Amino acid sequence: MLKLIFRRLLQMLLIMAVVSFILFLVFDSDKFKKQIATAELGGFAVSTLSEEDYQKWLAKKGLDVPFHERYVKWVLDVLRGDFGQSFEKNTSVASLIGERLINTGILAFWVFALMIPLSLTLGVLAGMKEGSFQDRTLSFIAVFTTSIPEIATAIILTVILALGLGWLPTKSAMISGWDWKQLVLPVLTLVVYDFGYVARMTRASMAEVMTSQYIRTAVLKGIPYRRVIMKHALRNALIAPFTIIVLQLNWLLSGVVVVEVFFEYNGFGKLLLEAALFGDVYVIQAATLIAVFVAVLSQIISDVGYTFLNPRIRFS
Amino acid sequence: MAVTTQVPGSSSLLERLQRPRVIIALMLVMWLPLMTYVMFGNYLGQQLKDLILLPAIPATFLLWLVAVISWRESWVAVLGVTLVFFWLLVAVSAPYLPLIDPNKPIAPFTVPGLERKGHYFILGADLKGRDMLSRTLWGCQRVLVWGVTATLVAYIIGSMLGLLAGYLAGWWDEVISFISNVLLSFPVMVLYILILNYLGPSGFNIVIAVTFASAPAIMRIVRGLTLDMKSRDYIFAAQTRGEHPLWIMLVELLPNARGPIIVDACLRLGYTTVAITTLTFLGLGLPPPDPDWGLMIKEAAKVAMLWKFSYMLLIPALAVSSLILGFNLMADGLREMSLKD
Repeated sequence: MLKLIFRRLLQMLLIMAVVSFILFLVFDSDKFKKQIATAELGGFAVSTLSEEDYQKWLAKKGLDVPFHERYVKWVLDVLRGDFGQSFEKNTSVASLIGERLINTGILAFWVFALMIPLSLTLGVLAGMKEGSFQDRTLSFIAVFTTSIPEIATAIILTVILALGLGWLPTKSAMISGWDWKQLVLPVLTLVVYDFGYVARMTRASMAEVMTSQYIRTAVLKGIPYRRVIMKHALRNALIAPFTIIVLQLNWLLSGVVVVEVFFEYNGFGKLLLEAALFGDVYVIQAATLIAVFVAVLSQIISDVGYTFLNPRIRFS
Repeated sequence: MAVTTQVPGSSSLLERLQRPRVIIALMLVMWLPLMTYVMFGNYLGQQLKDLILLPAIPATFLLWLVAVISWRESWVAVLGVTLVFFWLLVAVSAPYLPLIDPNKPIAPFTVPGLERKGHYFILGADLKGRDMLSRTLWGCQRVLVWGVTATLVAYIIGSMLGLLAGYLAGWWDEVISFISNVLLSFPVMVLYILILNYLGPSGFNIVIAVTFASAPAIMRIVRGLTLDMKSRDYIFAAQTRGEHPLWIMLVELLPNARGPIIVDACLRLGYTTVAITTLTFLGLGLPPPDPDWGLMIKEAAKVAMLWKFSYMLLIPALAVSSLILGFNLMADGLREMSLKD
């Protein structure tokens, strides 16, 4: 098991090295240097800029240094914990990303806090009696909500709850301080979009357990149905959903981009998009590496967790 | 279509329509004009552009009929296929419907059901005064064509790589699996943003981005299926006959893996449609000014934050949801049917 974890972590480091190298190479092109110049000085200024002045500007930004020197310097800096300076926001990348990650972390915490109990309960209820009325209704609701893309869910919820009923603010920029009301719509959007998938996976797992021999034995022994479900079925049925829930972390990182942009919530996804559009190399580097790190880590946790939770694999 | 109705034979017309060769021909008659119209419409002459979609309309209708009849045992699949074909039919017939020009600004901020400047706006007009109904109906063309093309290209590349990795194993497997592991370790949206930001927003670049994002996952599925089927007798028979590995992969392995692949393709069509709409909303997808659902949302999100103007956001949102619901229901119904057999 330790060997497995070690191998996966090594693979993760390799992947991150490859990713950072490719990203650096991409953003070293003349096109992107021009893009940064345009974003900072304005398109008109860049088009009238003489070659000499452009070179001076590059030197000021430290972009005239050859690629390999910059990359080596960047890698050494990162190993020392320094992620460089943002071109756009003029602050250190580490503090910028840290602040945005906390915001996204709060969002993610509430999404999981609502989504996990909701989807597990619904999944178990649907899977208890396969093909029954409640199973079919819940399955249909689950397909329906997952089919509506996040952007559409965000719109529908905004129109109903914010524009129609006026209960909640439409934007979540939190300009005048922290406000829990502004967090409700983004969280709700992500929960509505995501719970269906987890619920369906839970349902499939539960339905499979309910057809197994030991459940039939337990029912035939005359154990109350409630206890059969709670004590016998749930333990095995919840192993598969565990891995799925951990993997949702990966999904959340791409899901938050559109939700954060739509609601103007200052989180990690919005930062990533802004940095990509601006050509802010160091911010994109750091943000992408964090995204890849979280994604791979969640894959490792789900694999290891599955092995650990399932005694049939653990002891074989 | 003319061919199918004139073939003499004892079987009924419907049975004849359900033959794979006829269905493929119908799909081509539907798809090729639509693709040409959307991708290369500007290079066609006006006269040709007006006529090119005409044969696609009956073909689309016939395909829908065939699909409904052959999948009638599952109402989920029928509902899904009907939703998808509704939008396909709108896409191929949009130039012939009596609609107002979708790019013509007439009366800004007209709420639904009002008549202004000699035009009746059933679904209202957007912030620039363009008719919402015609923009919504025209908007499905681009999403459908680019979404399906992107998924198709991703499938061709992904399944080729999967066959190579699964059947040839060894170094092929190691290299292909490592590359796909690298790509799979990105959150999808991050990968889309990075690729499209580098290449610039356009339809063909979306195809490239979707290929990068989906091909690794498709490759994994196909690789798994190939590994499973590799030790079957008919593969050994083909190997004994001395068939070329490429022939075995394409003729023996690929057709036998089609069941799970088709179900996954329906789901993936949905993902790709979502991705294209979302990317256009983020400003990285299809360029303006042609009508597009993501674009409509993007433009309206800045100005329509009032109950009175919420239709500008709701209409494209519901349109895209219905299309994706169609793809997902289709996938669900197909899976249900394949489990029964």
